[in-house]
Amino acid sequence: MSRAAPTTTFARRPGATLAPNAYDDVPYEEKLALWEEVKADPRFPDYLYGCYECGICVAACPSARFYDFSPRKIAQAAAREDVELIFEQMNDDVWNCSQCFSCDRCPRQNSPGGLITILREVAVRHGLASSQEALEGYGRVVYKIMTTGTQVSPDMLQPDAFPDWGPDVKEVSDQLDLWRRALPPETLHTTSTGWEVSEKTLLELYLIWHYSDVMDMIEEVDEGLHMIIMDVMEETLEEAGYEI
Amino acid sequence: MTSIIPVESLKTKPFRVDPSEAPTEDIREVLFELEEAGEIIVQRVPEPYVEVMTKYGRTKKIPLGQTWHHKSCGQCGHIPGYSTSIFWLTRKLGYDYIDPKDQTSCTAWNYYASATSNVAAQGGVAMRNFAAAYETGYFPLIHCGTSYGHYKEVRHEIVHHDDVRATVRDIMSKLGKPLVMPEEIVHYSEWVHAVRDQIAQHQVRDFSDIVACVHPACHYYKLIQEDAIYDPDIYGGQRTATVSGLILALGAEVADYSTFFDCCGFGFRHILVSRDFSRSFATMRKIEVMKEEANPDVVITHDTGCVTTLDKSQFAPQAHGRNVGVPVMSDAQFAALAMGAHPYRVCQLHWHSTDYRPLLEKMGIDWEAAWIEFEKDLKRLEANEIEYLTWEDVDG
Ligand code: SF4
Ligand code: SF4
Repeated sequence: MSRAAPTTTFARRPGATLAPNAYDDVPYEEKLALWEEVKADPRFPDYLYGCYECGICVAACPSARFYDFSPRKIAQAAAREDVELIFEQMNDDVWNCSQCFSCDRCPRQNSPGGLITILREVAVRHGLASSQEALEGYGRVVYKIMTTGTQVSPDMLQPDAFPDWGPDVKEVSDQLDLWRRALPPETLHTTSTGWEVSEKTLLELYLIWHYSDVMDMIEEVDEGLHMIIMDVMEETLEEAGYEI
Repeated sequence: MTSIIPVESLKTKPFRVDPSEAPTEDIREVLFELEEAGEIIVQRVPEPYVEVMTKYGRTKKIPLGQTWHHKSCGQCGHIPGYSTSIFWLTRKLGYDYIDPKDQTSCTAWNYYASATSNVAAQGGVAMRNFAAAYETGYFPLIHCGTSYGHYKEVRHEIVHHDDVRATVRDIMSKLGKPLVMPEEIVHYSEWVHAVRDQIAQHQVRDFSDIVACVHPACHYYKLIQEDAIYDPDIYGGQRTATVSGLILALGAEVADYSTFFDCCGFGFRHILVSRDFSRSFATMRKIEVMKEEANPDVVITHDTGCVTTLDKSQFAPQAHGRNVGVPVMSDAQFAALAMGAHPYRVCQLHWHSTDYRPLLEKMGIDWEAAWIEFEKDLKRLEANEIEYLTWEDVDG
């Protein structure tokens, strides 16, 4: 490697990572900039206080049982500011996490899961190829939550989407309109949203997306999705007299 | 209560928890200081309320009525008997509530799955919902465990980071709304816990033969853990008392199993796009362990994703001869059944997958007759004799 590691970074042991040097083509400065962004997140100081390497988080972690994944390594890499390893984790590890926060039982009060939330967010904000891959097939969910204000709708229960859930899914899907009408709470008669969300509420939600730069993040990972959501939002906001 | 960890011996020791030695601050005190400084409005818990103990021995107020029901996408969308049972219990116990249309999802399922959001947006969504509740004078009661956990995180960020608070306040002012935080963040299962003795007083079905395993929701008691309810009389105060307390009040047995603390395998993104993980975890670390160690009649839990994952994941493993086959439902549905609720009109169990009929039989419920009744409702709906099934139909 031609570049020098900063003084805060420990040299990585050969073979210490899954795919050593997998991201050598990415300039160190780029990786460092991403790490600086992670550290600048207001939540970061609450999520990392150092690490005993005790592995309690690993014992509690569901993803560690089924993937080559370790919350201890996440905390360690962050505590050592191992920029190379952090970049690798940002690409290869973070999407394995279940975000259950079982690792919050850390005796050092770390939150490896919380660190992962930030690492993912930075990966998405910069449109890393791995985040685009991880979100493939997920666009319809983002579309649903951002445009309707509820994430899972009854009409998502399609047998081809959930073949592993058995034949009941087909029955629900076949009977959907009727079964939704058989729900006593008045807000639940919907099929394309979880419940009935008022127009005014939706408008306010769109304004939140608009004022919080979320749309820029979506554009980084999926331009097509960004365009469709913007169309829906703009139409509603313009009808209500807003210009965005 | 049978037990894997020595809960019985723990109970014989005097239980001591001193809130003055709590390892974390009492965020409510900081909230009131911010209110004093004119930074935020704190919505007070309306009376009457029940006081319960939380993890570090502090007291938390749980409102009984005048509640604004912050619904859950997954419950309303895919297991609507969950939400319906919460409303039914509230009505049956005679408490006033609002089921608002001026509510969005907390959007945290998407956030934990895809990270396509940020602190400001998540704060904005939370505070918009809280402001909407405040405008009605009703107090937020949060149906989803993830909304509950996530809102506690949002509260932490808004309280402790001046810049986050300023950004979210600015967004709220553009919406014409004040910055309001409820005095307590309350999960519906805490309300169920607080009224469990009232539920037991209205119990019409005998649950003494029912053996239940509890799956506690991670985002309820692991994420900002100090808000969760603990009780020295339940597990010796060593585990959250929510859910288990209700089952015991209804006279059923709470059976212990060694992976109590494991998550369900939901995974947020995994349940949608990588279900092999969710299914394997739910089967191998939860359902099979419960079956082998406790052989329960039912799994009771208190969150959206947990019901879905533990229930739906049991279909495919049957093809591999795995030891599965335990029905799964929420504490609210379990409580409603105890109070005589209709298994289909109220608990809407036809939306669940794993066979629940043997459990209903054990509860003394004639599910075949109940299904015929429900089918008659469906026929009336189909013939447009009625537009919707109403609360009057349910109680009739
Ligand atoms: S539990 Fe905490 S201290 Fe122990 S290895 Fe994990 S992050 Fe490090
Ligand atoms: S939040 Fe992620 S890292 Fe932490 S225990 Fe859960 S799956 Fe493991």
